[in-house]
Amino acid sequence: MLSSRYLSGAAQNTLRRSQALRSYATASPTAAFAGQKGSNGNYTVTLIPGDGIGPEISQSIKNIYTAAKVPIQWEEVDVTPVLKGGKTVIPDAAVSSIKKNTVALKGPLATPIGKGHVSLNLTLRRTFNLFANVRPCVSIPGYKTPYDDVNTVLIRENTEGEYSGIEHEVVDGVVQSIKLITWDASERVARYAFNYAQAHGRKRVTAVHKANIMKMSDGMFLSACRQVAKEFPKIAYDEDLLDRACLRITQNPAPYSDRVMVMPNLYGDILSDMCAGLIGGLGLTPSGNIGRDASIFEAVHGSAPDIAGKGLANPTALLLSSMMMLRHMNLNEYADKIEKAALTTIAEGKHVTGDLGGKASTKEYTQAIITKLTA
Amino acid sequence: MLRNALAGSSRSILAPGRSATTLTAGFPRVTRRLPTKYGGVYTVTLIPGDGIGTEITDSVKEIFEHVNAPIEWEQYDVSGMSTAGENLFRQAMDSLKRNRVGLKGILFTPISQGGHVSWNVAMRQQLDIYASVVLCKSLPGFPTRHSDVDFAIIRENTEGEYSGLEHQSIPGVVESLKISSRAKAERIVRFAFDFALKNNRKKVTCVHKANIMKLGDGLFLNTFRRVAQEYESSGITYNDMIVDNTSMQLVAKPQQFDVMVMPNLYGAIVSNIGAALVGGPGIVPGCNVGSEYALFEPGCRHVASDLMGTNRANPAAMILSSTMMLRHLGLDSIANNIASATFNVINAGKVRTADMGGSATTSEFTAEVIKNLD
Repeated sequence: MLSSRYLSGAAQNTLRRSQALRSYATASPTAAFAGQKGSNGNYTVTLIPGDGIGPEISQSIKNIYTAAKVPIQWEEVDVTPVLKGGKTVIPDAAVSSIKKNTVALKGPLATPIGKGHVSLNLTLRRTFNLFANVRPCVSIPGYKTPYDDVNTVLIRENTEGEYSGIEHEVVDGVVQSIKLITWDASERVARYAFNYAQAHGRKRVTAVHKANIMKMSDGMFLSACRQVAKEFPKIAYDEDLLDRACLRITQNPAPYSDRVMVMPNLYGDILSDMCAGLIGGLGLTPSGNIGRDASIFEAVHGSAPDIAGKGLANPTALLLSSMMMLRHMNLNEYADKIEKAALTTIAEGKHVTGDLGGKASTKEYTQAIITKLTA
Repeated sequence: MLRNALAGSSRSILAPGRSATTLTAGFPRVTRRLPTKYGGVYTVTLIPGDGIGTEITDSVKEIFEHVNAPIEWEQYDVSGMSTAGENLFRQAMDSLKRNRVGLKGILFTPISQGGHVSWNVAMRQQLDIYASVVLCKSLPGFPTRHSDVDFAIIRENTEGEYSGLEHQSIPGVVESLKISSRAKAERIVRFAFDFALKNNRKKVTCVHKANIMKLGDGLFLNTFRRVAQEYESSGITYNDMIVDNTSMQLVAKPQQFDVMVMPNLYGAIVSNIGAALVGGPGIVPGCNVGSEYALFEPGCRHVASDLMGTNRANPAAMILSSTMMLRHLGLDSIANNIASATFNVINAGKVRTADMGGSATTSEFTAEVIKNLD
């Protein structure tokens, strides 16, 4: 076992060569928004209301946007999978709408539980090359948790890693699951992370890894980050072991407010939900999936079938996701205005929904935000 | 005395017999009597490790000397800082195989691809010490953001993502193999249920990611469900939770967990979150056990190079790990004496190291523990 280091030494040389060869292979800069306004002065954005509480919370967003006079018109599509050539796929109309508009807002989808079913989220990710998942978590004033100083940004590689879906049973009772790490995908997400840090005034990028154990795979992820870091001399770069990151964030998340964390798929999945737990759960955290062909902003909570249609759902996560979308589209002033109205409404606590300890309906909460906007 | 020290937690009312380091019952029983020298003295392999290892094991040695513990150390100053330590590492392994019990700090593992593989992992795999046990329990005298936390993390230690099998298919494409086997899943799950049974715990939670890794983690989850049924008559309840949700629940509502069992990598994540909930890596003990060998080390496996040589490290995690070791050897009264003294010092709050908001040095803390001994 110990002698395997000689092997990995050889592998490292191969890797170095490959990096030299690959230096030209850079991903498209940042997947920046390049949409154009239509003849009516509005951008068109695809809206996927989703299942369960999805339609109610989407309506809430639409009402708030109308009140704030955001220059956006919605193109509503349905993504209920259809059978095409023996495979379940997203309907063509939805795909072409998102391709055309390059931006979409998505409510929660109920993933049917069944064997061999590829989740819709995964299908969307693959169809539009959504390579980076951005998960900011900021403490919401007025909603008390054990942590009140959270302001983290986590960027997760979204296309490979432990989620490659490559598994097989070698013999009965022994399974190999393959974690796939590629240089291209690592470099692409690292570049997005540095760009994000630059654009959002964060001074540092921290790569979270487990390269002491997974020397080649996580090691290559780190090499890609280090190489991209050289292109951004003004952004500091460091690395942290996954164990240490978990420990330090849970102990005191405050020092993480000056940086962007970037990591492979599984670590990102776990840490982003952990950060969400710090501020009160998935009902308050936005999420954006940045891709080469399009970007989809979504609420990551479930479709809550138990309260669907009752007008009780909290639209905050979808609303905050749409703020990320507006900023992605450089409509910052609208985002700031709506965000302020929403956060003050929550902080006052008079018109908040049941999950935040209030008694308001979705409509009352929405109306309270609109009143603040138009005041 | 230990009971009094922990009386603040609600659980101790229900289960008055369990202290924060009670482990004896959870172990696979040592079938043969461990080799001892004349006068019942046990020889134990000591590997201080890198970083703060020397300071915190010195603290243990000092305390053991004071209580006259029948332990003779066989010390190996292995260091993972360079591969040159490999020969000494092999000697330490031989010593562990002879003595079958060890106390260790954490060895540094280089992240460079040319560096050696993790010796910490190599030890666990070669000795087949398959179960890692980490106990996270709120200390009444040291309030944190969360109170009444009391759970045990049982982590598979020998396979999963730590298989060390990786290859580069073509330049720029690396595959890393996660190995999951039914036999090892069953072994660790049984360990967890036995642990729950014997330590008077009520619930076992399986942590997994079977929604994505349907075969690998699916095997672990299915094995868990099958084994769980065998324990149904004992009244132990069980559930399972996806690892991302678990992390979220841990920082929001950690009181819901009792015994948690999981594959290797998730254990690294959960034990660090758990340690952070109750006061940090400086106070969380741990051990790795198998059917032949037992190796005791702090529950959060950090080298802490930044604190090295400053005499500021918190030795509590190592001291508590060593009391687990004493119990393993059947030296319960000495173990209780040291554990109570340590908890008394922490709960009194006068002498604390920097990680717990105090200004005491490692040696001052150790001296205070000694002062509190019976």
